[in-house]
Amino acid sequence: MNKFAIGALIAGTTALSPLVASAQTEVQFWHAFSGRLAELVDAQVADFNAGQADYKVVATSKGNYSEALNAGIAAFRAGEQPDILMVFEVGTATMMGAKGAVKPVFQVMADAGATFDPNAYIGAVKGYYTDTDGQMLSLPFNSSTPVLWVNRDALTAAGIDPDVDLSTWDKIGPVLDTLKAAGSTCPLTTAWQSWIQLENLSAYHNTPFATQDNGFAGLDTELVFNSPLQVKHIQALGDWAKDGKFFYAGRRNEGGANFRAGDCALFTESSAGYAGIKAEAKFAFDVRPLPYWEGVADAPLNTIIGGASLWVMAGKEDANYKGAAEFLNYLSSTPVQEQWHKDTGYLPITIAAGDATRASGFYEENPGTDVAVIQMTKNQPTANSKGIRLGNFDQIRTIIDEELEAVWAGDKDAQTALDSAVSRGNELLRRFEAASR
Amino acid sequence: MEKRVTFKGWKLPFLLIMPQVLVSAVFFFYPAGQAIWQSMFIPDPFGLSTRFVGLGNFEYLFGNSHYRASFVTTAVFSLLVTVCSMVPALFLAVLADRLVKGAGTYRTLLIWPYAIAPAVAGVLWLFMFNTRIGIVAWYLGKLGYDWNHVLNGAEAMGLVVVASSWGRISYNFLFFFAALQAVPKSVIEAAAIDGARFWRRFFTMVLPLISPTMFFLLVVNVVYAFFETFGVIHTITGGGPQQSTTILVYKVFSDGFVGQDLGSSAAQSVVLLVVVGVLTVVQFKFLEKRVHY
Repeated sequence: MNKFAIGALIAGTTALSPLVASAQTEVQFWHAFSGRLAELVDAQVADFNAGQADYKVVATSKGNYSEALNAGIAAFRAGEQPDILMVFEVGTATMMGAKGAVKPVFQVMADAGATFDPNAYIGAVKGYYTDTDGQMLSLPFNSSTPVLWVNRDALTAAGIDPDVDLSTWDKIGPVLDTLKAAGSTCPLTTAWQSWIQLENLSAYHNTPFATQDNGFAGLDTELVFNSPLQVKHIQALGDWAKDGKFFYAGRRNEGGANFRAGDCALFTESSAGYAGIKAEAKFAFDVRPLPYWEGVADAPLNTIIGGASLWVMAGKEDANYKGAAEFLNYLSSTPVQEQWHKDTGYLPITIAAGDATRASGFYEENPGTDVAVIQMTKNQPTANSKGIRLGNFDQIRTIIDEELEAVWAGDKDAQTALDSAVSRGNELLRRFEAASR
Repeated sequence: MEKRVTFKGWKLPFLLIMPQVLVSAVFFFYPAGQAIWQSMFIPDPFGLSTRFVGLGNFEYLFGNSHYRASFVTTAVFSLLVTVCSMVPALFLAVLADRLVKGAGTYRTLLIWPYAIAPAVAGVLWLFMFNTRIGIVAWYLGKLGYDWNHVLNGAEAMGLVVVASSWGRISYNFLFFFAALQAVPKSVIEAAAIDGARFWRRFFTMVLPLISPTMFFLLVVNVVYAFFETFGVIHTITGGGPQQSTTILVYKVFSDGFVGQDLGSSAAQSVVLLVVVGVLTVVQFKFLEKRVHY
């Protein structure tokens, strides 16, 4: 309904002021948000359009992440691509491989004569979207990282001090035992199992997920997430699942409904779950850093991001690129990023926006909202924790989902499942390598 | 004297079949040809470069044990959907056929589910069986059965089969009902006078008389289970848990539209085309012999 209203409003104003409209260059922006996030983006776009007269950004929601990428690709094949396309981090390798289809952001900025300093962005976010020469190819937009959400009331009900130390998985084990003994049906659940329990686990413990710097250094990368650390973690979760201490709700973020309803005590989920949890949870909750395993050198290092970045598509007029550059600069500006971070729980992607948020006293008023920022930025990322860049990554995640489900169901042990996921995933990597040559 | 209905010349008949030929050409032959052509390449998603691999895509597919396993899943799924949508439909049609009063209302109510799109039906069933808030799952829990189609492959398969068959029962019901109505009353009455009971009449007289309809429905339902159940699977299981509900057509979608692997996706649709073609030929060649027109 809301989108219709805004659409009607835009149509109405355009009709009323034909002179202004004809002088403006339209910049098409396709994103993958719905609900509250779409409203927030629409507000940003409206603010940008109202702030200058040369360009009019038109934002369109194209469904979920996969659907938006797909729509962008189909549109490019038909020669009707948008100026700016939102692509989730998993699609990064696909976009980087498509040399003729995108115009790198650093080039867009240079051609438009816009001021652009890649060093303004926080390292772990920037690293994900730069090429090997350190050039930024897409503009980071919504980036989040996994944290541990705690239902304090559920801990109290089980006779556990809600401030109990949950910093490591070793310490979480006994807490789960107590919760289970107290009758909890869902002591622990997770969203995005591959992203949190394997990709971030690896980075957090400075352990490679794939060779060639997790795919950053070349297409001839191979998966290696079947090493002892990952096996130990997945086996622990599998054992907990068998005892009813870890509840598996689904491949995406289905577990969020269970947590927000108060069924689950602990929940590993993106920091961007904040908006939903704050709106719906009728219990006291807090945010803790993602747990790690004791006795691993370098752990906890830093977690990696999820979310999306904005790609500028090739084959457009100079005026469109100028407009795109201006809009992207607007999105990265400190007040916009600060507000976005406060509203959504996504990370402030620039250092300045992070500082501004801190200075505004937001973290004191909303304890725990800075956990994700600290977790991401406190250590210098290594080759293992800079991010992951793999072709066919969406399908590889599906394979990981399938194999992990076999562990949760008790059909396979962790080693067998991860070995199988690695060999199946490697086939897809070879296929991507073949397609990209 | 024999009456023959033929056209003089070829122009008028040609014009008359033209629309059908055009529709088939544009919506069937052209895309099918494209799929066959594309199946021999590995393109990049944006169509910027393609690499000819001949039968490489097929080699890749059949070398993959998970793809081969998907055939078994598809066979089980299609068989179950066909049985679950035809048997209840026939049963309901037989009941409706014997109805004297209120047959119209009964019929209309039975046809309703057909108006619901598969994806929507999927959401409805998912809602009822949702492990956390589903009413059916809740009652099953009361009975001591822990329903969890998120991890239990057999339950997931059962759920997608029921959701796919449900709307289809209406469709099949319509055809069965019409066929039953067309069975000559005099034949049935003669059998009744000879002392044949209802079920005997049903199996020895009615079933053979409606066998053309049954055969038609069998072909149509198998094709439905193969191609049109994608929406249900997408909304309920997404192919999981593990690969227990990944049927062939769902794999075409997920590899092509999620994975952007268009070469493999095209090769899979060619395989699917061949499978359904063979299946239809088999049905016509062997089953049709048992059909009495």
